[in-house]
Amino acid sequence: MEHQNKKNQNNESKGGEHKLNRRSVLKGLAGLPVAGIFSYELFKKVSYENQNKSSFLKELDLENISAPAALEPAKNGDLIRVGMIGFGERAVALAKALGFLHPENTARRIKMGYLDDWLAQADLNVAITGICEVFDQRAQEGLEIAASEFRPGGGQPSGLPVKRYASYKEMLADKDIDAVVIATPDHHHARISIEAAKAGKHVYCEKSPAIREDELFELYETVKSSGIVYQLGHQISKNAVFQQARDIIQKNILGKITLIETTTNRNTASGAWIRHLDKDGNPKPGDTGSIDWDQWLGDRPKVPFSIDRFYNWTKWFDYDLGMLGQLFTHEFDAINQLLHVGIPKTAMTSGGLYYWKDNREIPDLLHSVFEYPEKDLTLIYSACLASSRNRGRVIMGNDASMELGGSLQVTVDHDSNRFSEQLKKGVISPSEPMLSINPNSGRVDAVTSATAKYYEQRGLSTTRIGDIKMDVTHLHMKEWIDCIRGGGTPAGNIERAFEEGVTILMAQKSYLEERKVEWDAVNRKII
Amino acid sequence: MKESIYSTKQLSALVAVRFLIGWHLLYEGVYKLYSPAWSSQGFLSESQWIMSGFAKWIISNQEILSVVDFLNTWGLIAIGLGLIFGLLTRIATFSGIVLLLMYYFSTPPLIGLEYSIPAEGNYLIINKTLIEAAALVVILVFPTGAIIGLDRFIFKKK
Repeated sequence: MEHQNKKNQNNESKGGEHKLNRRSVLKGLAGLPVAGIFSYELFKKVSYENQNKSSFLKELDLENISAPAALEPAKNGDLIRVGMIGFGERAVALAKALGFLHPENTARRIKMGYLDDWLAQADLNVAITGICEVFDQRAQEGLEIAASEFRPGGGQPSGLPVKRYASYKEMLADKDIDAVVIATPDHHHARISIEAAKAGKHVYCEKSPAIREDELFELYETVKSSGIVYQLGHQISKNAVFQQARDIIQKNILGKITLIETTTNRNTASGAWIRHLDKDGNPKPGDTGSIDWDQWLGDRPKVPFSIDRFYNWTKWFDYDLGMLGQLFTHEFDAINQLLHVGIPKTAMTSGGLYYWKDNREIPDLLHSVFEYPEKDLTLIYSACLASSRNRGRVIMGNDASMELGGSLQVTVDHDSNRFSEQLKKGVISPSEPMLSINPNSGRVDAVTSATAKYYEQRGLSTTRIGDIKMDVTHLHMKEWIDCIRGGGTPAGNIERAFEEGVTILMAQKSYLEERKVEWDAVNRKII
Repeated sequence: MKESIYSTKQLSALVAVRFLIGWHLLYEGVYKLYSPAWSSQGFLSESQWIMSGFAKWIISNQEILSVVDFLNTWGLIAIGLGLIFGLLTRIATFSGIVLLLMYYFSTPPLIGLEYSIPAEGNYLIINKTLIEAAALVVILVFPTGAIIGLDRFIFKKK
């Protein structure tokens, strides 16, 4: 060998040390054929995958499922003057979705780029001109937020003054308010919505729509005959993934859907609605001097003020319906927006108080079964406040099932007839999703490409929708505002709100009366 | 000029390993480039042991994360091309070692550390990423770029 090397050296030095002879050039370019083979193989792989993907997608008729890539500007029209009724934590988020942020640090946060997503919101051309809140501290915060001069989407401040109203009745009587956002505890929702509709104010109301039957029916009739735009606060359907899920279901990829399982699992004190202590364990602010307790109670039984009741009202049936009202409402809305299941024929709830044995009335473990015999469908809601195991939300069909959360996975059924061919060929496998969509993709990868392969094989995945992350609540409120200006019916309209209201009241009645209850569709009542 | 300190067999073996690793890293980079949904977020969120704080910091800021994604993708491509073409081989090899060790230390298969992503093999302390880094160390201490590679034209022997 050495001998040969020496020979080479001699050859090269004969041609002059720096002269590039043929052999030297070949040695220098030895990587070229490797790169050539690499490129060729890469080309082969890419075209193979494209062909596979497109033929599979074509077969499923899913070539064009995609979400809107850009945010539409808000409809043109006059300034809408909004009154906020109730200004707790949720109202702060709603104000932000309307385009109002507390001015403190906003300029700095904009400069740092922290608010890019917010700034990308559409300018809704609204002004928050009224705040109604029983707690002085929160009312003050509301006034400051409403008076903020920063606007997303290139909007300009209206310059209108912001007024604090002593009661919602006073606000509803004011002709300078066009629309109200209701973010009070649940026991006020129906009453305020009804009176707002009668006063001709458009209503955006947080869930639940109502927690008593008589109020729900009155709400429905009043809104139906009023001509106002009513939007129930379930922003979930504005998630792009939901629109894609709807496409997939409409294309009948899942086959016949007979079972839907929705769940809630939480395992924290805050998740169990113990929220009256700050992070140091001291009671949060508020007393009878700063809180209008009588107004807070409304028409509910008079009880002495307690910081526990004020912050943790969810624990008592006087003020809401516990997990059914706070959490299942979102689940029901998600399913109802997807499948239009409507009001069930029967509901059966069981559960109890097994873990958070404080002074609460609401159960911390609850299971509701809703039957839809005409649709050949059962909807289950199962909730637990003492385990954070994620059980997801699953729609089960005889050909495939769909797990739907922030992302979406469709997994073929082992015994599917429709996909039997592909299952036999191994094109798809029941052990991994055949289709997955993750708009905020956190696809896993490492340098050992097996993990990449592992996730790649899970099927097709589309990227986030558009370039920006958008607050779905903004989209939901924008829909409401657009409907006020341009007509039309928003997704969370009074029909959907009524269906949801009846469904949760059926489940609640079943829990309290420990029996199966029925919906009498003819006489429109729960029996 | 002394053409090579290696025998032909030695040279072939070294260059072959250089090509293989170059190919692998190049494809890892190209794959990321062609997957718009790809982000190092998933990998970094798995991070444990000494790099976990650093990884958390990267994930916590979208801008830093996109810079890391960009550097990772193009770094892998540049290193891969460097190894295959024998171009700036020393820098490419060294960068490759650093990158691979960062991957390794982000999710080392140590006793007691568990990851939600299944590994494609079974490892105890040593995994393929570490072995690949070690192979690059061999490439670094037995350089071949100036013999078989474009470095031949760049680093002409006086």
